[in-house]
Amino acid sequence: MWRQWIPFWHPGVSPEGGDVDLLFGGLLIASALVLGLLFFLLALFCVRYRAGNDVDRENHEAKSWRWEVSWTAASLLCFLALFVWGASVYFELYRRPPDELTAFVVAKQWMWKVQHPGGQSEINALHMPVDRPIRVVMASQDVIHSFFIPALRLKHDVVPGRYQDLELTAQKTGHYHLFCAEYCGTAHSGMIGEVVVMEESDFANWLAQQAPASALADEGGALFRQLGCSGCHSVASKIHAPLLEGIYGSPVPLSDGSTVIADDKYIRDSILLPRSQIAAGYEPLMPSFEGKVTEDQLLRLVLYIKSLGRQP
Amino acid sequence: MPDSPAVAPQFASVSHRDETAELGMWVFIATEVLLFGGLLLSYFVYRHAYPQGFATGGRHTEIVIGTANTAILLTSSFLVAWAVEIFAAETRRLTAGLLAAAICLGLAFIVLKGIEYHGEYEEHLVPGIDFRFTGDLANGVQLFFIFYFIATAIHALHMIIGIGLLAVLALLCRGAPSTRHRAALHSAALYWHFVDIVWIFLFALIYLPGRSTS
Amino acid sequence: MTEPDYLNANYTLRSWFFTTDHKRIAILYFASLTLFFFIGGAAATAMRIELATPQADLVSDDIYNRLFTMHGIIMVWFFLIPSIPNTLGNFIVPLMIGARDLAFPRLNLLSWYIFMLGGSVTLFAILAGGIDTGWTFYTPFSTLYSNSYVMVAAAGVFIAGFSSILTGLNFIVTIHRLRAPGLTWYRLPLFIWSLYATSVILVLATPVLAITLVLIAVERFFGVGFFDPRIGGDPLLFQHLFWFYSHPAVYIMILPGMGVINELISCFSRKQVFGYKFVAWASLAIAALGFLVWGHHMFVTGQSLLASLVFSFMSFVVAVPSAIKVFNWTATLHKGSLRFDAPMLYALAFIGLFTIGGLTGLFLACLAFDVHATDTYFVVAHFHYIMVGGMVTAYFGGLHYWWPKITGRLYSEYWARAAAILIFLGFNLTFFPQFVLGAEGMPRRYHVYPPEFQVWNVLSSGGATILAAAYLLPLLYLGYSAFFGSRAPANPWDAPGLEWQTSSPPPEHNFDVQPVVTRAPYQYRNFEAEPQNA
Repeated sequence: MWRQWIPFWHPGVSPEGGDVDLLFGGLLIASALVLGLLFFLLALFCVRYRAGNDVDRENHEAKSWRWEVSWTAASLLCFLALFVWGASVYFELYRRPPDELTAFVVAKQWMWKVQHPGGQSEINALHMPVDRPIRVVMASQDVIHSFFIPALRLKHDVVPGRYQDLELTAQKTGHYHLFCAEYCGTAHSGMIGEVVVMEESDFANWLAQQAPASALADEGGALFRQLGCSGCHSVASKIHAPLLEGIYGSPVPLSDGSTVIADDKYIRDSILLPRSQIAAGYEPLMPSFEGKVTEDQLLRLVLYIKSLGRQP
Repeated sequence: MPDSPAVAPQFASVSHRDETAELGMWVFIATEVLLFGGLLLSYFVYRHAYPQGFATGGRHTEIVIGTANTAILLTSSFLVAWAVEIFAAETRRLTAGLLAAAICLGLAFIVLKGIEYHGEYEEHLVPGIDFRFTGDLANGVQLFFIFYFIATAIHALHMIIGIGLLAVLALLCRGAPSTRHRAALHSAALYWHFVDIVWIFLFALIYLPGRSTS
Repeated sequence: MTEPDYLNANYTLRSWFFTTDHKRIAILYFASLTLFFFIGGAAATAMRIELATPQADLVSDDIYNRLFTMHGIIMVWFFLIPSIPNTLGNFIVPLMIGARDLAFPRLNLLSWYIFMLGGSVTLFAILAGGIDTGWTFYTPFSTLYSNSYVMVAAAGVFIAGFSSILTGLNFIVTIHRLRAPGLTWYRLPLFIWSLYATSVILVLATPVLAITLVLIAVERFFGVGFFDPRIGGDPLLFQHLFWFYSHPAVYIMILPGMGVINELISCFSRKQVFGYKFVAWASLAIAALGFLVWGHHMFVTGQSLLASLVFSFMSFVVAVPSAIKVFNWTATLHKGSLRFDAPMLYALAFIGLFTIGGLTGLFLACLAFDVHATDTYFVVAHFHYIMVGGMVTAYFGGLHYWWPKITGRLYSEYWARAAAILIFLGFNLTFFPQFVLGAEGMPRRYHVYPPEFQVWNVLSSGGATILAAAYLLPLLYLGYSAFFGSRAPANPWDAPGLEWQTSSPPPEHNFDVQPVVTRAPYQYRNFEAEPQNA
């Protein structure tokens, strides 16, 4: 019973969570050693050198720069080691997610809206399979939020105006907290949900039980025609615009000579700010769709373009 | 030149007091540098993100007025420097005259700035009030004009404070100039030159981008 | 017939409100800061009571958000930043360096008026309906979404910033130009060094906050601005600018505290501070490096990995000078002749609490752990160990140490020690559980929370009650002593600093004869001497 009150008694359920716990343990031990030494010395000096106590105080003004150099060097080395340790785990946490979009998260005041590629959507909950890395792509509709799952030892801010992606892996089934960690207004503390980690088969069942309107990519296709994208980006078009079939994930040469990989961020930017990165060999003709599409619609467009890549 | 009768008790001598005052002005200028520094940092961040928008924005500014204002400010700084140089009891009329001329130039700067603002309003380039620039580059241009108005408004505010300072000193110098006034004039001149230098940076950042190419 | 002391020179209201005497201005600041401290403390107490249960029972979410915002704004800008510099610093700096006043006495008075104007505007914002953005004013919430008095509160903080700048400017110029004959830089007490470093930060960082607040105000007023994501602006740019000020501001808050501790430790060990030059330069190193670590507040915002790496590294580096100080203080005790008067109790508490705060700062500088702990109660606990455990403790220590000099009266040693111990216990009970909460993952600024966090929250709230009562004690016995305490001698601690070489309270112009300095600081004469208390 009392164990639930001890921090990190429940070990992190992600592969990196263990590393973070280990790091926390290391930091705790290092701190305990330093504090122990310090408090021991403080107590010792306070008792031994209290006024009136008859002890040897010869050379009490003696100083040595050797002490200064040694404790400076010792702290610096110790800090350097902790820095390297922390940084290496950080790179693990935020490593580039695998190219397998599994969930899309829209944060808004004051809820988390999660959508699965099959069209299933949920509010303040995220269902995910156990032991399989999934990738969440996050966007905010209004202010800055922060996607925080303590059990996975993971957190990432969701800043409006851009996509953020994060890789999640849970190694144990169960229900875990999902918090908004960045203060976002009145009901900030109500912006909490749960992450439900299920067996692969249960997850498949769960997905099947949800009643999706239609797959997100299909809705994206409808939008693609409705917004007039297909007027230019098609073989039949007279306007010289790049064809988007198979573009997702492939390198795109830009007019300034550089090359980018056409990932979610690139496609999103190209819809909103088409002239910021112009594909080589094309005129900058495309109008901006900023303010004309919502984050939800953008996601569907991105998914649609991505689905084009799969069809040969 | 008559000295003010007593020095405040914390100072040992008149020169001690005056040098201390000058150091104070230098520290204040250090503060001001960081004030504009924060603004310039934002400018460079967005200019880097929206190079074409900023170039287009730059082309929409009135370079004639901007250049004229630069010349006006440089001249006024020269006059103020001259006034500091010749400051003495015998030349007090000339000193006051030079300061008055610098004040007039400062006012001319403000008037021209007003005309420029009016022009931008007519062209619907004032973000938040009337901004109708559309097209792909609208974002960059709007950010450019947000910077333009904030930076020039803060600069103009500094100009107005500077004009006030020079006016007070011109009046004092016309009366009975003392070493105390010399120190004050020196500090005010430092401030005026600083405001001038800020303008030179703003001029380069606001009026020149986008003008060299086509 | 001797000159009357500064308190008795004149009794009119006018002589107080239009004084240019640094000592009287220090008293004006002291009175206003005490008021703000208790306003901010009241907000904190209300929050802690609310958090005793997981549900919302005392206040609504909107009120709660206003409470923590008010607590943050008042405590940061209207108590912690001005606390030691503007009260103890204002009073002691000229005395310590043998000057008759600060370089610009009228500017000093002006800075108090500006401070009060800023404080009044902020209080008006609170009374008019409050502000709910948190003290950090994060965009786009503060500019486009919050329906509270953001502009008014930002204006209050903006105005108060000028007061900080003027104070910093005054100290820098004073320390450069008004030192007594013979008082070279290495003969300065370390309190002066740390206030000098503080002033450099005040002068160089505050204007960046000022311009940032202007940008916020413009965006809020006109509906578009630099940080507006709808037109391609970057909300993170705000965070960069804000933390470029606000992280150095943390050092504005702690450096003067460290300065006070040097004086206390050496006085009550009756020894020189061990490694004087290292401690002195550590202050300046903190001031300089403190400008290069702001990005450690943004490890989870999606800033580039390289930036995170650099900021994490610099954050570890900036901890080195603080570590140097802690080691030197401890070494100062070695072979000293230690007395445990109330100021010394505060100093020892400071070393312990500051070290815990500093070490947990390393936890947060450590990238991977910060991902988990940032924006949780771990951060709240960490910075309260530095700000309250460190700075406020040092403030109380310094206040007790110089109280006889300031008021010319002695306080009750018994009550002072009792309060010091009670504050120490209450503080730890309040904030240590918050480390646990943070490590468990409870986010900060939560008005309601999942029930499993309740146990630690109840402990913390209980501690807060003790702490609140403990902070009221000094108000009572110090207030009593100011009027009814026994007269203090000129040098009750038998200390060598220049401030003790003049009468208590000092005459209007500090010294009857201009002092001349011929030796290093902290030359305690009678190693075993008993202070001439009472």
